[in-house]
Amino acid sequence: MLIGIPKESLSGETRVAATPDTVTKLIKLGFEVAVQSKAGLESSFDDAAYEEAGAKVVKPREVWNSDIIFKLNAPNDDEIENMKSGQTLVSFIRPAQNKELVDKLNAKKVTTLAMDMVPRISRAQSLDALSSTANISGYRAVIEAAHAFGRFFTGQVTAAGKVPPAKVLVIGAGVAGLAAIGAAHSLGAIVRAFDTRLVVAEQIKSMGGEFLKLDFKNEEGDSSDGYAKVMSDEFIKAEMELFAKQAKEVDIIITTAAIPGKAAPRLITKEMVASMKPGSVIVDLAAAGGGNCECTVAGKVTTTANGVKVIGYTDLAARLPAQSSQLYSTNLVNLAKLLCKNKDGQINVDFEDVVLRNMCVTRDGDITFPPPQISVSAAPQAQPKAAPPKIEQRQISPLLKRTCVAVVLALFLVIGFFAPEEFLPHFTVFVLACVVGYYVVWNVSHSLHTPLMSVTNAISGIIVVGAMLQICSASTLVAAFAFIGVLIASINIFGGFAVTRRMLAMFRKQQ
Amino acid sequence: MSFGIVHVAYILAALMFIMALAGLSKQETAKLGCMSGIVGMVIALVATFSEVETGQGFTFIVAAMVIGGCIGLYVARKVAMTQMPEMIACLHSFVGLAAVLVGYNSFLEIGIVAPTTVTIPANASIAQINELLDAAKNVAEAANSAIPPGELGIHLAEIFLGIFIGAVTFTGSIVAYGKLNGTYKLSIFKSAPLTLPGGNWLNLGALVISLTLMIWFLVEEQPSIACLIIMTIIAFLFGIHLVAAIGGADMPVVISMLNSYSGWAAAASGFMLDNDLLIVTGALVGSSGAILSYIMCKAMNRSFISVIAGGFGNAPVSQKEEEMGEYRELKAPEVADLLKNSSSVIIAPGYGMAVAQAQNAVASLTEKLKARGIEVRFAIHPVAGRLPGHMNVLLAEAKVPYDIVLEMDEINDDFENTDTVLVIGANDTVNPAAAEDPTSPIAGMPVLEVWKAHNVVVFKRSMNPGYAGVQNPLFFKDNSAMCFGDAKKTVEEIVAAIGD
Repeated sequence: MLIGIPKESLSGETRVAATPDTVTKLIKLGFEVAVQSKAGLESSFDDAAYEEAGAKVVKPREVWNSDIIFKLNAPNDDEIENMKSGQTLVSFIRPAQNKELVDKLNAKKVTTLAMDMVPRISRAQSLDALSSTANISGYRAVIEAAHAFGRFFTGQVTAAGKVPPAKVLVIGAGVAGLAAIGAAHSLGAIVRAFDTRLVVAEQIKSMGGEFLKLDFKNEEGDSSDGYAKVMSDEFIKAEMELFAKQAKEVDIIITTAAIPGKAAPRLITKEMVASMKPGSVIVDLAAAGGGNCECTVAGKVTTTANGVKVIGYTDLAARLPAQSSQLYSTNLVNLAKLLCKNKDGQINVDFEDVVLRNMCVTRDGDITFPPPQISVSAAPQAQPKAAPPKIEQRQISPLLKRTCVAVVLALFLVIGFFAPEEFLPHFTVFVLACVVGYYVVWNVSHSLHTPLMSVTNAISGIIVVGAMLQICSASTLVAAFAFIGVLIASINIFGGFAVTRRMLAMFRKQQ
Repeated sequence: MSFGIVHVAYILAALMFIMALAGLSKQETAKLGCMSGIVGMVIALVATFSEVETGQGFTFIVAAMVIGGCIGLYVARKVAMTQMPEMIACLHSFVGLAAVLVGYNSFLEIGIVAPTTVTIPANASIAQINELLDAAKNVAEAANSAIPPGELGIHLAEIFLGIFIGAVTFTGSIVAYGKLNGTYKLSIFKSAPLTLPGGNWLNLGALVISLTLMIWFLVEEQPSIACLIIMTIIAFLFGIHLVAAIGGADMPVVISMLNSYSGWAAAASGFMLDNDLLIVTGALVGSSGAILSYIMCKAMNRSFISVIAGGFGNAPVSQKEEEMGEYRELKAPEVADLLKNSSSVIIAPGYGMAVAQAQNAVASLTEKLKARGIEVRFAIHPVAGRLPGHMNVLLAEAKVPYDIVLEMDEINDDFENTDTVLVIGANDTVNPAAAEDPTSPIAGMPVLEVWKAHNVVVFKRSMNPGYAGVQNPLFFKDNSAMCFGDAKKTVEEIVAAIGD
């Protein structure tokens, strides 16, 4: 089948849905690819590169005749006009917000797969375009902030004086938040991060951030769809206090809190912005959804009366066009693999597959949105926290330990009372040797356990000493026994040492 | 030689033995450790020789040692590394038997000098009677001077215990040998645990009877050899049953346990012979074996008692086999491609590698991959194989450098960042159920977390579950694939497919 890659029509859009690299991969899956002329120009991919990769470069009209259309933004009305029944469209759709668009596509009997409807399950991660876009946005947010911020991020001690490191607060530790934490950390800033989901604390730490924990009774913001849920009023109050306090301290705030299908929560009030130091920067990644900050103007940079810059760009991902195109088009290749399991260039929107079912918005003249609920988090919601697998290492119970100590003490007492004097020196030697053995053997490396056993075999052949002393006995029987004893103990001594030496000679270090 | 010199020599030998064990703590010092063990042994033997009167006894000793030494050296040179477990078991049994023999000898030596009744012929004259009585008195005095009456009790107890431990070690090790060898048809030598009705009661009964016999033996006016013989037979049977009831894969624990027993047997002999060197050596070996057993048990998350009391058989197998889903199969050339495209590879071998004798093939695979600049390491579970450290020895034999052979704790965190893991002949030690499924019979057992790697290839002969009888969810994970067939042949095919 033919996959068409149109040039994005949205003004300011710099990205493209296929790169020369992914074109090769699509062709390997058995597809043909048609790329609209100049589609990749703004992502630094020229037509020649596409042609070299095996794609046909076609005129704007022609590309819409393809069987499958790979796009970034939802098609506009003109583009829908160009579409035909039986075509398959893959792009961002936002079906919940764009009912009208879905109806129009359905009227054209187009099969539509929404890239923003990829379920958040581990199998679908490779085609999760929202995550790959969010990753880029998070990175770019830090770069924008660094650009607008009049100082270094990293602390330095220079001949011209000491520079303190910038303090960055990241709100929301989703994919974008984590990317921002990582980017800010690697620029040398002190990064703090907040999220309502306690489970992300570890991820924040792993990216180099410090997790700000709210001192609040165990309310967790984790929900089964992989996004944070709306929190209670008291929680929000405590949260706002935390932000107000942080706003006075930090130089840069990056907010990434967005709840799908809803207006972005207001987290940074005007008062907080007013309390920030002049020259501070706020980057609001939720600007498109109304913004997390009250001062945000979508798509613009505004400077407040006290000199705080509020960046409300909604096209952060598009500001890294080559990178965004590469990741998005790779997501599309992974989707193509899912659609075309036989690598024969034919696609099958298989509703048995929850990923495809979830993504599909219209098919054969039916609107298939919203999809049936699928739960995403590993632990089913029905049994929350009740059964965290409690697998423990077997531990020796304290009672058993005490009993053992008691028994040993009792044994010592018995020996003290009844044992003859001559026995005690030997017993002393015995006990001390056990202790020495204990400490010496614990140090033996695991890899040398077999040689350890053969050496102990050899030295336990020391029993030969006993047999040697008995061999001169007057009794023939005793002498015979002793003879056998010496013989087999010698096998142990010689055999044990020899085999140990043989083994140890084999162990060698990497050259 | 004077008593003092001999004693000092014994102390020196004991120190050498301690240094031998201490030397084994690191690869670098291991050879030196072995050497000091040998030096210690030579000192001990020379010192003992000096105490032996020259003459017939001397000749006997030299003859016995030459014969034994030759056998020992021959076997040590010939034994294949895959047969090390058997060899070790065999050597244990010798210590056990020697302890039994030395024990009997000690008892017989007392017997010679301690008759308590005097038979007087009816027609004897007064002079004759006096003569006989004097003779008896002399004998009794000699006995008393050798062993003071107060000490006789404890001496007998030492003999009894020494023989008991020795006998259990002896037969136990023989059964272990048979099980490990696997070529004998006898049912006690089968790898599967032998379960007799009331198995553990038999063990308990044997212990109780032996204890009763010991008390009887000690309180009797004239300690009878019959007691000892009966006890020895019971101990022999006890040893057989003890080990026969344990399954093949628990062998690391059993071998370490027998190692420990052989040490205690030597220590008991030391007590009965009043020889501190034997006591020290026995105690060292005993605690060494005990620690190894502990480490092995810990690595299986099972208590020592539960291992001794029998295999996994009692635990019901979880009924989840249908839910496991489907597995993916890869052929050798595909595995070769996978490996070529990886930048880091970890190999997790198990007993299956030893059975298939695949260690050399694995080593040449390692060489091939390393030549391509791929990082290759080995992950060894503490109970992999049939002997503590078995895998390390096999890999060392195949000339795999020991610094890329890592133990579980060192490597478990690295699986996440590894492209491909090859599981060769291991099953239970890589079972994710141990970490994830609290109802699994092996829950809580520390395992190699191979499933965290990007790709896992499992080399197996068939889909049969491992020793614990637990199905392995690893085989059905999305990122894992099966490669069926004889491990040696498959690995050789992969080596060929990788080419130069």
